[in-house]
Amino acid sequence: MYVLFVLPAALLLFFLYLLPLARILMISATDGQGFVANYGAVLTSAPIHRMVWTTVEICAITTLATLLISYLIAYVLVQVSERTRMWMMLCILVPLWVSVLVRAFAWIAVLNNSGPVNGLLQWTGLTDEPVQLVRNQFGVMLGMVHYMLPFGILPLYAAMKGIDPKLISAARALGARPFTAFRRVFLPLSLPGLYSAFVIVFIFSLGFYVTPAILGGGRIVMIAEYIALLISQGYDWGIAAALATMLLSVVLAVVFIAGRFADWDSVLGGSRR
Amino acid sequence: MRLPKSIPGNILRGLAWAGVLFLIAPLLVVIPVSFTPERYLSFPSEALSLRHYETLLFDRRWSGGILTSLLIASVTTVLSVVIGTLCAVGMWRIGGRRMQLLRLMVLAPLIVPSIVHALAFYKSWIDLGWLDTVWGVIVAHTTICVPLVMITVSAALSGFDHRLEYAARSLGARPLTVLRRIILPNILPGVVSGGIFAFITSWDEIIVILFITARKVRTLPQTIWSSIMERVDPAVAAISTVMVAATLAAVIIKLTLAKRAAPQP
Repeated sequence: MYVLFVLPAALLLFFLYLLPLARILMISATDGQGFVANYGAVLTSAPIHRMVWTTVEICAITTLATLLISYLIAYVLVQVSERTRMWMMLCILVPLWVSVLVRAFAWIAVLNNSGPVNGLLQWTGLTDEPVQLVRNQFGVMLGMVHYMLPFGILPLYAAMKGIDPKLISAARALGARPFTAFRRVFLPLSLPGLYSAFVIVFIFSLGFYVTPAILGGGRIVMIAEYIALLISQGYDWGIAAALATMLLSVVLAVVFIAGRFADWDSVLGGSRR
Repeated sequence: MRLPKSIPGNILRGLAWAGVLFLIAPLLVVIPVSFTPERYLSFPSEALSLRHYETLLFDRRWSGGILTSLLIASVTTVLSVVIGTLCAVGMWRIGGRRMQLLRLMVLAPLIVPSIVHALAFYKSWIDLGWLDTVWGVIVAHTTICVPLVMITVSAALSGFDHRLEYAARSLGARPLTVLRRIILPNILPGVVSGGIFAFITSWDEIIVILFITARKVRTLPQTIWSSIMERVDPAVAAISTVMVAATLAAVIIKLTLAKRAAPQP
C-alpha cells in the first residue's frame, strides 16, 4: 500500500528527470564526431583549457574566501547575545532568500562606474577616473562570495551550536591558552560542519551560471555559461554534452568523497542521534 | 560560551559585523536607485519618481511576467507538495536499504548543476513538444522542487513517533486515513516549509527557463534577466526593492515567531 505513496515521485523523477539526464550523457558519446572526438576536443582545445582554468581559479578562491569568512561569522554568531544574534541572522537570512538575479543586479548598482563605490573613491581623491569593478574577475568573485556566504555560515553555525561549551572551559581549566583550546578542541569538533559547508559552496560555485554571467559581462566565462553559449550559438551538442558530463562527474565525486566526512543531519535539520 | 570582552574578542566581533553588513548593504542600495527619475541607473539627485514602479504595473513585459511566474510557482508548489509529502511518508514507512536508491534518485536534482539538467530538459522537451509551454515549465520545476519538500517533510517525520501510526492502523484505520488524520497534522510545519521552499525556487528559477521557453512563456526572472543583459533598466531596481522588502518582512515574521516559540529561559 505504501508503495503507492512513493510511486508518483519515483515515476516523475525517473522518466522526466533521470532519463533526460541519461540522454545528455549518451549524446556526449554519440553526437557530432563521436565519443573520442568530443572528449578529445574538450581535452585539447585551447579556449576550453582557458575556460576550465578560469573556472577552477575562481571556484577555488571563492570557496576558500567564503569558508574563511563563514567560519568567522559562525564562530561569533554562537557566542553573542540572543539579541545580537537575531540582528545578525536577519542580515544573513534576507540575502539567502532574495533572488539570485536581484543580488547580482544589486552588485551592478553598487559597483558600476557611476555607483556609490566609485563615487566614494573619487570623492576621497583616491582615483580620478572611475575604476572598473564589474565585468571582470574581481566583480565575479565578489558577487559569488556574496551569494555563497549564507550557504557557508548556516551549516557551520548549526555544527558549532552542537559543540558543548563546557569542553572549552575544561580545556582552559586544565591550563590551555585560549588559542590552544580553540585549535585542539573547538576546531576539530567543528570539522564536520566545515566539510558540509565546503561541499555545498564548492559544488554551487563550480556550476554557477547567473552571477558569473551577469557580473562577468561576457569577459569572464565559467563552465556553465560556456556550455550555454555553445548551445545558443548552434555548435554541435557533442562538446557541450561532454563538458556537462565532466562537470557532473566532478560534482558527484566531490559529493561522495568529501560528503562522507560531512555532518548532514545538522545541515538538513534532522534529528541528532 | 561568550566571546570575551578583550581586544581579540572585539576584533573578531567587529570583523563578523563587517561581514554581515557586506551581506545586507548591496541589497539596500537598490532602494534609492529605484526612485530615480532617469531612464538609466542612477541615484535620484533632486526629485523622486515612481515611474519605474508604474512600469512594473503597466508594462506587459513586467506585469505579464509577474502573473506567469505566480501561476507557474503556485501550480508547481501544489504538485511538488503532494508528490514530495507522499513520497517522504512512503519512504519513512517502508524504510530500509531498498529505499536508499530511490532516495538518491529523488534527491538528484539538488546535486546536479542547473546547467546540466537545463540541457537535459531542453533536449527531451523538444521531443515531447513541451518547449515554450507553461505545462513544460511546471513539469520541469516540479521535478526540481519535489526533493526540497522531501527533505523538509523527512526532517519533520524523523521526530514523529512510529507507534502512533501503529496504534491507528491496529484500530482499523486505512493508510490514507492514517495519513490524513494522524501523520499530516503532526508534520504540517515540515510540509509548509517545503511548500515555501518550492514556491520560492520556482519563482526565482532562471536557468532552466532560459533553455525551455522562448516567446510565448515569459516569466518574471526572464524579464529581469533580459533587462539586465540588454540595457540595465531601473525597473529592475523597482522590482528588486519590492522583492527585498517582501523578503525582509517574511524573515522578520519568521524570526519573531521562532523567538516566541522558543522556551523562555
